[in-house]
Amino acid sequence: MTSAIEMVDVIDEPKAIEGRSPFSLALRRLRKDKVAMISLVVIVLIVLMAILAPVFAAVTGHPPNEQYRDIGLTPDGLPRGPNGTFWLGTDDLGRDILVRIAYGARISLLVGVIATAITVVIGVVLGLAAGFLGGITDTILARLIDVVLSVPFLLVAIALVSVTGPSLTVTVLVIGCFSWASVARIVRGQVLSLREREFVEAARSLGAGDRRIMFVDVLPNVIAPVIVYTTLLIPVVIVTQATLSFLGLGLPPPTPDWGGMISESQNYYTTAWWFILFPGLALLVTTLAFNLFGDGVRDAFDPRADRT
Amino acid sequence: MAMFLIRRIGHGILVLWLISVAVFALFFVAPSNVAQTLAGRQGTPETIALIKHRLGLDLPVWQQYLHFLGNAVKGNLGYDYYHQVPVTHIIGQALPITVSLALGAAVLWLALGVFNGVISATHPRSLADRGLTLFALFFYSFPSFLLGLLLLYFLYFRLTLSGFGWFPAGGYAPLAGGIGPWFQHLLLPWVALALLLAATYTRLTRGSMLDVLGEDYIRTARSKGIRESRVVVVHGLRSALTPVVTQFGIDLGQLIGGVVVTETVFSLPGLGQTAVTAINQQDLPVIIGIVLFASAAVVVANILVDIGYAVLDPRVRLH
Repeated sequence: MTSAIEMVDVIDEPKAIEGRSPFSLALRRLRKDKVAMISLVVIVLIVLMAILAPVFAAVTGHPPNEQYRDIGLTPDGLPRGPNGTFWLGTDDLGRDILVRIAYGARISLLVGVIATAITVVIGVVLGLAAGFLGGITDTILARLIDVVLSVPFLLVAIALVSVTGPSLTVTVLVIGCFSWASVARIVRGQVLSLREREFVEAARSLGAGDRRIMFVDVLPNVIAPVIVYTTLLIPVVIVTQATLSFLGLGLPPPTPDWGGMISESQNYYTTAWWFILFPGLALLVTTLAFNLFGDGVRDAFDPRADRT
Repeated sequence: MAMFLIRRIGHGILVLWLISVAVFALFFVAPSNVAQTLAGRQGTPETIALIKHRLGLDLPVWQQYLHFLGNAVKGNLGYDYYHQVPVTHIIGQALPITVSLALGAAVLWLALGVFNGVISATHPRSLADRGLTLFALFFYSFPSFLLGLLLLYFLYFRLTLSGFGWFPAGGYAPLAGGIGPWFQHLLLPWVALALLLAATYTRLTRGSMLDVLGEDYIRTARSKGIRESRVVVVHGLRSALTPVVTQFGIDLGQLIGGVVVTETVFSLPGLGQTAVTAINQQDLPVIIGIVLFASAAVVVANILVDIGYAVLDPRVRLH
């Protein structure tokens, strides 16, 4: 028999209240977003394809740069369509398109992630400095942001790459050095209003220095828009890299990358549809998945945007 | 207002000057063998030296820059290395093509973006809203060269193959030669560009329209018995368009130097393609001229946007 006291204990046992930060609330909203979750799965699959690219080569038995001029080309020297040996067909040099797409994913993702990371780090640090320190620092940085945002990015990027010669490092640096300005502008705008808030004053009265206040107190408050912007920046960077490759300024051949493959396929699109279709599809699916996911992240972090 | 304009123009000139220094430094520091190329394979060192002297390449970089700047202030951007044509003339030839491309596409993407945005905002969370958002994101995700090539494949190659030669494979027909061919040559590039850019406008219109439709004066208008379509278009859309106009100005300014890919895919000899050719030939005066001109377009567009903002929204004060 249970005593009354025990019963009361059982009833009064306070249910543990889960502490929910805005961040975990956003994650919860994101997890409920079906489109965003499907996109995330697609992104994971593409990442897996990139990691497992050597497996594609091993299973098909076709290294990415091996030219099968005998079995990979028709007697007229044209690419072969999808068949039992070459599942997605071959390109103009008789190389396996499937294997090259898998290897190409590495380039796209690598550039997408690294260039975005550089962009965001430069943009956040300079935006924080401009907005928080103000004065002459802000004046100089604000003009610098104006300059970078006014320059025709693609033209200067093409010119730069043509001067230095194409390489992965140059591509990443060019994209990083020209894209940070929009991140910096967003961060600067947020910080300008944040620095007048009481918690900054409180931190200062506790004896915290500029650097500590900037990175420990102010930075966490701008992280949400930065996350949203970062997710939406990755597909933009991937497209930029592919565009440079398409214009012949990507990676030196025979490195497989999607923009370069599409560029090579241009002369064959009337005779070999698979040559342009599959690399194009790979690129489109990747950017679409990142954009749909980024869209979900935006809605999750800024619920106001989608509310009626 | 006058003070604001003076300050903004001052900033604009400062930005352009900084860009000219940066671009100049960038290209003159880089190794160049233009003189060698011009002299040809048999060029003797003397010929090369002579060519360098004629192009002013034997002077120190800062002297070349001052020379360039002095001329640029007077509206002379120098002459191209190969045919001694004034750069301003080259820009003047290419500009109408780029402007035709940008403006035509602008009409399409504004119509498409604003229309879809209004439909989405007046039916939030409906099937139409979701469908239009997906449609916009789909084309937004398209790399421009891929969309261009696909349009060429289906609407030029496939159609022509089936006996409907409605669209040319590319190239440009000047407006002077009749509006028909001009339109025919530009329709596919317009569509390619507009589909990419419409997404931003759909989202922008939807967002600001949703905000505006929640305002009190919209309720007032409705309660006065005004037709819903009139409430949406006349009362709502008018103030919802402010951010759209801002974005429009910025995009239009950037397109002057930003349609490189579309021009390349559709073989339109506009500013972008001219610049790419110049880059391949290391024709520095042309590259610098076009980069500066395109930057100036962005700077001017931004100033116009700020003014337009104040005109459209009386709450904004410029100072």
